[in-house]
Amino acid sequence: MDKMPGWADAVLVPLISLLLAAILSALVIIGIGEDPVAAFKLMVDGALMRSSGWGYTLYYATNFIFTGLAVAVAFHARLFNIGGEGQAMIGGLGVALACLYIPWPNWYVALLGATVSAALFGAMWALIPAYLQAKRGSHIVITTIMFNFIAAAVLNYILVNILRPQGAMDPATARFPEAAQLPTFQDMFSTAETAMFRGAPANVTFFLAVFMCLAVWVLIWRTKLGYEIRSFGQSESAAKYAGISPIKITVVAMLISGGLAGMMALNTTMGEAERLVMNATEGAGFIGIAVALMGRSHPLGVLLAALLFGFLYQGGAELALWTNIPRELIVVIQALVILFTGALDNMVRMPLEKLFLAARRKA
Amino acid sequence: MDFATLLQVLDSTVRLATPLLLACLAGLFSERAGIFDIGLEGKMLAAAFFSAAIAAITGDVWMGLGAGILASLALSVLHGLASITFRGNQLISGVAINFLAAGLTVLIAQDWFSQGGRTPSLIGAGRFEPIILPGAAEFAGVPLIGPIYAELISGHSILVYVAFAMVPLTWWLLYRTRFGLRLRAVGEAPEAVDTAGVSVVGLRFVAVGICGILCGVAGAYLATALQAGFVKDMTAGRGFIALAALIFAKWRPWYALYACLLFGLLQAVALRYQNIDLGAFVVPVQFMDALPYILTVVILAGFVGKAIPPRAGGEPYVKER
Repeated sequence: MDKMPGWADAVLVPLISLLLAAILSALVIIGIGEDPVAAFKLMVDGALMRSSGWGYTLYYATNFIFTGLAVAVAFHARLFNIGGEGQAMIGGLGVALACLYIPWPNWYVALLGATVSAALFGAMWALIPAYLQAKRGSHIVITTIMFNFIAAAVLNYILVNILRPQGAMDPATARFPEAAQLPTFQDMFSTAETAMFRGAPANVTFFLAVFMCLAVWVLIWRTKLGYEIRSFGQSESAAKYAGISPIKITVVAMLISGGLAGMMALNTTMGEAERLVMNATEGAGFIGIAVALMGRSHPLGVLLAALLFGFLYQGGAELALWTNIPRELIVVIQALVILFTGALDNMVRMPLEKLFLAARRKA
Repeated sequence: MDFATLLQVLDSTVRLATPLLLACLAGLFSERAGIFDIGLEGKMLAAAFFSAAIAAITGDVWMGLGAGILASLALSVLHGLASITFRGNQLISGVAINFLAAGLTVLIAQDWFSQGGRTPSLIGAGRFEPIILPGAAEFAGVPLIGPIYAELISGHSILVYVAFAMVPLTWWLLYRTRFGLRLRAVGEAPEAVDTAGVSVVGLRFVAVGICGILCGVAGAYLATALQAGFVKDMTAGRGFIALAALIFAKWRPWYALYACLLFGLLQAVALRYQNIDLGAFVVPVQFMDALPYILTVVILAGFVGKAIPPRAGGEPYVKER
């Protein structure tokens, strides 16, 4: 056996990668003349030391759980779905249509209906790239990138020309009716004496996101379909030999992935803005890539990575508010995480593997 | 539409096609050698910032161009390190490079200039000025040919002519030199190149390096010729349109020129007309924006001629033992 123990592969490699990304991020902060320790302290204070900070952290984390799960499911079938952004945009359209045109009796029925609609719209947007990959051999990465741009154009057209209320200036839909607005953490956890999560956008969708982590775990490791997806991802030829249809798995995995990405729009559109705006996705579709890579495509890993990125996002906003460090610092950190946990994975893994082998030989 | 308007639209087509063409040829070198590159956007963006920043500081646009090329090359080396040396996923590396450039440019711009993530406006020698070709003024009076020469062909910055000259040069390099043969071979059958005793790693690094240089020129053109300075996210998806053009052109240099001119024309028309009224129905501006991507998907789907990428594209090369 010339392999590392499982715990090293699942925990040690990502931790070292994360450490490298953190060191480089600290160097970047020093490079622009700021103090990384003070910056980190400010981020912790702003994101984790107040309940409203947690409210923002969990709000961002909700987005990243959905998009991270979306990328992770596709990864299991060895498909790189880079189109989470577009799928979430179209998912937002599904949410808006469901909330605006169906008279819901109360919020939990509305949430159920909007969830189905968001997932359907997101899945629909992933269907064409999936079909083209499965049947025509067009590379899924390129088609999903193209579909991100097409989604932006479609959404722009629909918001400006169709869904914008008469007389309104900004490209956005009308406000959703009262019955289709979700309770926030403030509504749910505040008591008469103490207000919790004051003004923070975190809402009931967070629990849906956590539930989806569990659902994805069951799907991937406890169902026949999940087994087929994983075998297809491990070896296409072996899967084919076992009678698994590559076309079916490609399409189904991408539909699930697109549906999960689409559901992200529930949080931003129904939970926070309470109407559909142009930039409702806030780049979360791409952060899903970093989250899935860091979480090793495991739902628990995705949950933890999403919390970390939620913290980074809220902390980054605090930094931009109180220091001269722009919000783009988070984009740099995100890039470094993708670089070290994704592209430069072997740089960490190869020496570590040698180290373990040498240790074993000695023992 | 009268003749003068047509000329203006075509003129802006040339201007807008230039960065696409440079980036598209950059991608062509890389992908023909078997290295997928979705980081064209990031490399252009980094080059745009550093060229504008150094041009603003030194007041010399050539220094700016050099800095832009160096910045883009640095990202290319990173891409090469990740995807050739450490055999990582080329697509993930490209995604990382795009984000790295998007974040670092604003961060450094804010640190250096404190103008909200932009550089100061470039003036005088800090920009590439249009070149008036000899005889443009004299021939302008000649009907038809005169205005075409004076308006369309003359009066662009030097980088536009460089970009168009790169097309035959790329063709010659790829199809008429030993280096080109090896480069194409390393993207189709690296094991054959290895058997012949030529370094796969070396060739791929050279290809990725050329890609970096061309992206650098493309970015510098954006910030120092097309516009006068850097603004946040100024590439605005051009790297991806170039990628689309590359697929549209099926990885061939002359077709790359036509594809980039077509996509440049779409941008020029969208910029000038917004919604186009065709009488029976109106073509919305969003449709014009999305058209390059839609066309690429159609081509990729293989309904209008199949686009087949280099066979070894995206696969790290591992020597057999």
